[in-house]
Amino acid sequence: MTLDLLARRLRRELGDEAVITDPATRRTYDCDGLTAYRSTPGLVVLPADAAGVRASVRACRDAGVPFVARGSGTGLSAGALPEAEGLLIVTARMRRILEVDLANQRAVVEPGVINLAVSRAVGPAGYYYAPDPSSQQICSIGGNVAENSGGAHCVKYGFTVNHVTGLEVCTADGELVRLGAGRAAQAPGYDLTGVFVGSEGTLGIATKVWVRLLRSPESVCTILAAFRGIEQAGAAVSAIIAAGLRPAAAEIMDALAIGAAEAAVACGYPPGAGAVLIVELDGPAVEVEAEAAAVTALCGEAFEVRSATDPGRRAEIWRGRKSAFAAVGRISRDYIVQDGVIPRTALAEVLHEIEELAAAAGIRVANVFHAGDGNLHPLVLYDGQEPGALARAEEVSAAILDLCVKRGGSITGEHGVGVDKAAKLPLMFSPEDLATMQLVRCAFDADGRANPGKIFPTPRRCAERGGGAVAPGPRSGAGEASGATREGGTLRRPAERA
Amino acid sequence: MMIDLLVSAAGVARPAGPADTVGGRPARFVAAPGRPDQLAALLARCFSEGLTAVPRGDGSKLDWGAPPSTVDVLVDTARLAGVHDHPEGDLVVTVGAGTPLRAMQAVLGRSGERLALDPGSPEATVGGVLATGEAGPLAHTYGFPRDLLIGVEFARADGTLARAGGKVVKNVAGYDLGKLLCGSYGTLGVLTSATFRLHPLPVARSWLIRPVHRVGEAVELVAVLRDSPLAPAAVEVDLPPGNGGPVPRQRGGGPSGPATLAVLFEGSALGVPARCHAAAQLLGTEADELSIVDEAPDWWGRYPFGSGDVGLRLSVPPSELATAVLLLREEAGVPVPVRGSAGIGVLHAALPGTLPVPRLAEILATVRAGLAERDGWCVALCAPEPARGELDLWGPAPGLELMRRVKEQFDPRRLLSPGRFVGGI
Repeated sequence: MTLDLLARRLRRELGDEAVITDPATRRTYDCDGLTAYRSTPGLVVLPADAAGVRASVRACRDAGVPFVARGSGTGLSAGALPEAEGLLIVTARMRRILEVDLANQRAVVEPGVINLAVSRAVGPAGYYYAPDPSSQQICSIGGNVAENSGGAHCVKYGFTVNHVTGLEVCTADGELVRLGAGRAAQAPGYDLTGVFVGSEGTLGIATKVWVRLLRSPESVCTILAAFRGIEQAGAAVSAIIAAGLRPAAAEIMDALAIGAAEAAVACGYPPGAGAVLIVELDGPAVEVEAEAAAVTALCGEAFEVRSATDPGRRAEIWRGRKSAFAAVGRISRDYIVQDGVIPRTALAEVLHEIEELAAAAGIRVANVFHAGDGNLHPLVLYDGQEPGALARAEEVSAAILDLCVKRGGSITGEHGVGVDKAAKLPLMFSPEDLATMQLVRCAFDADGRANPGKIFPTPRRCAERGGGAVAPGPRSGAGEASGATREGGTLRRPAERA
Repeated sequence: MMIDLLVSAAGVARPAGPADTVGGRPARFVAAPGRPDQLAALLARCFSEGLTAVPRGDGSKLDWGAPPSTVDVLVDTARLAGVHDHPEGDLVVTVGAGTPLRAMQAVLGRSGERLALDPGSPEATVGGVLATGEAGPLAHTYGFPRDLLIGVEFARADGTLARAGGKVVKNVAGYDLGKLLCGSYGTLGVLTSATFRLHPLPVARSWLIRPVHRVGEAVELVAVLRDSPLAPAAVEVDLPPGNGGPVPRQRGGGPSGPATLAVLFEGSALGVPARCHAAAQLLGTEADELSIVDEAPDWWGRYPFGSGDVGLRLSVPPSELATAVLLLREEAGVPVPVRGSAGIGVLHAALPGTLPVPRLAEILATVRAGLAERDGWCVALCAPEPARGELDLWGPAPGLELMRRVKEQFDPRRLLSPGRFVGGI
């Protein structure tokens, strides 16, 4: 009933075409890139602009209904899992690049703008937007802001948070607020932009994003080194970093991942490789030339080294890596994409431990990872039709995260906590830590209406503004409360879509 | 006795002396906790007694920001010092908040590493740099403290110890509270330790020095550099006042010459000279005016203001730099030295502290209004008495209402550095 009234109000304020009530169409929004969690949104709205987002959020406020924001739906932690009794606000119609200011190296974009579209727009002028999650052809800037997305090149250039200089956000109260410096570098006050980026939609919805544009490097060199084993590849990365080089990317694939990529896209990596290392160097030509020579020398244990500077040949080297996640579907019916981080120097040991875990469980794990910053993406392979296989795969997947935490790492380097890892967050943080984080949430969204059930395993009751009274807490619990269903047999995660 | 309670909480505490002031406000007590749990106990005690607390590192920027309304306890972080964890090869370090930045850099340097942060107050502690969000020329490439900080531990107003972030560079688990603490002037919590991402020390560094004759010329050259693929590590300008008089300094150095553009290049032994020469061609002027040197000019990374000045920070889109400087100078009507990171549009300037307070207020208001139209900001970092207590040092801040709500959540009783921050926070 509440949702019917809400739908009527939104139709009136945003127009019929912006509101979806039809059950079949709503069902197409029932999950993000992590399809294991599904929940059909009670109502879907596609605002055309910031005013439309504000109107939608205000309607939710007045009706006491939770809302979830969704960009392109490529997230991998069920961070955009809808609420069955709530509103899903989809930013897909907000795709305008509002301003390009090359003199100040900024663009102002709407949240639905596709990541790659920014670089495409400014590329001809010699600029680009640095964060490049592997879904960059379809993922949205708003989603990147929510998740603080990284990508292969963040080892040198940092994450979304390092490239967003200002925001306009719609708070859960339905106010549009400007945060951060925007075209300038520093604004007075708390860095609310910094804490909003990566808050997974729990502090409100970004309606405008000021992004930094970087000058395209004069030269880019991509090096592919093939090793007999993954330890040598890992050692080469350590040697490269120890030598003071700053690769723009350093990616490793193991034999299983290489095999999958060969089967899918015939990437033509050196036959017999137990691991390949892809190192990219960029910058002034004279520096890249020197660094490329140094990297090649440090890959002395490789049995074959290729390098390329022209875009076509570089893309050829990247092709196998970029297809790796999807390609794993060629060698396994089903798989889980894990995302964990370890100190880079622990790489060899942790990979060995993962291997042991997998062997003990009788499960295959393919490894594709951002070696430069210790961000592992183990792909846990299983056959969903085999009884018990999913459970074993999930156990291995969870044990890998435990390994990451034990090594002083993180349960997520770029996919976010969402619903999927909310229960794992206490592995890293004490109840006090989590309660402290939720103070921010209370400041932004005391009623817990923005993307409830994400990140935090237990919601916090917020002290009411300006008084000692306690407001009703947000809706309880991850997963179950958001009406998600786990569809075990179809647990297949088409992760990166490069 | 209160002092006994503070000693039992923090381990070390004493009644404040005449030098124990914050922005002219005398403290009642000074406490120096030696461990995170002592800091927590101290703040819990302050919380239960209703005492205000203001953290102090080296004190190099203690006169920055508005004066706190009261300072019952000055929390000296000197004993929260030391390099706690510096795993070899991981390019991260965890240090106590009271660690002097310089000492930390010396330790890191022995491993060929550095924190790519070169703030203008060289004696500063890690905690002080973070609390003020202070950065120097390298911000051009590496950003501000918030861009290099990957983990924090801090004590909240009620004494709760909390952590956020971690010890790995890539990590999106939970809210990034470190961002919130950077530049918060001790109003949300007191840091105990911080973890940073590090960078390798560059093999070679050189500065290209080029005299400039007009502010506009400097800004044009900066634009040319920004649009080039030469990737300078830092781009600084020194713009002495129009009359050519000497520029006050925070420390040392002789009188300045003409206005100067200085560009730092970092990289390989072969690459740096090649890029310097390419930049020299790009910035073309008579060859004898340009120089390439291996030492930073003596004004590099130093504030143009001294203790008697109103020290300003202007942050503007780089294309608006000339307008901003001219606006400030015209409005001030007195010689105004300006210096800073032109490549990212962050400049510092000095107004004479001897100007009458209403005159200073007028200048600030006009400059802020002019910059607001250009997406720029002007903050008075510091000011001498009586201006310090009477001026609105901060000016407007974007999202102030949300900031107040954050403060209210973290420090509902307003005990941490009350009144020191934007909007009276």
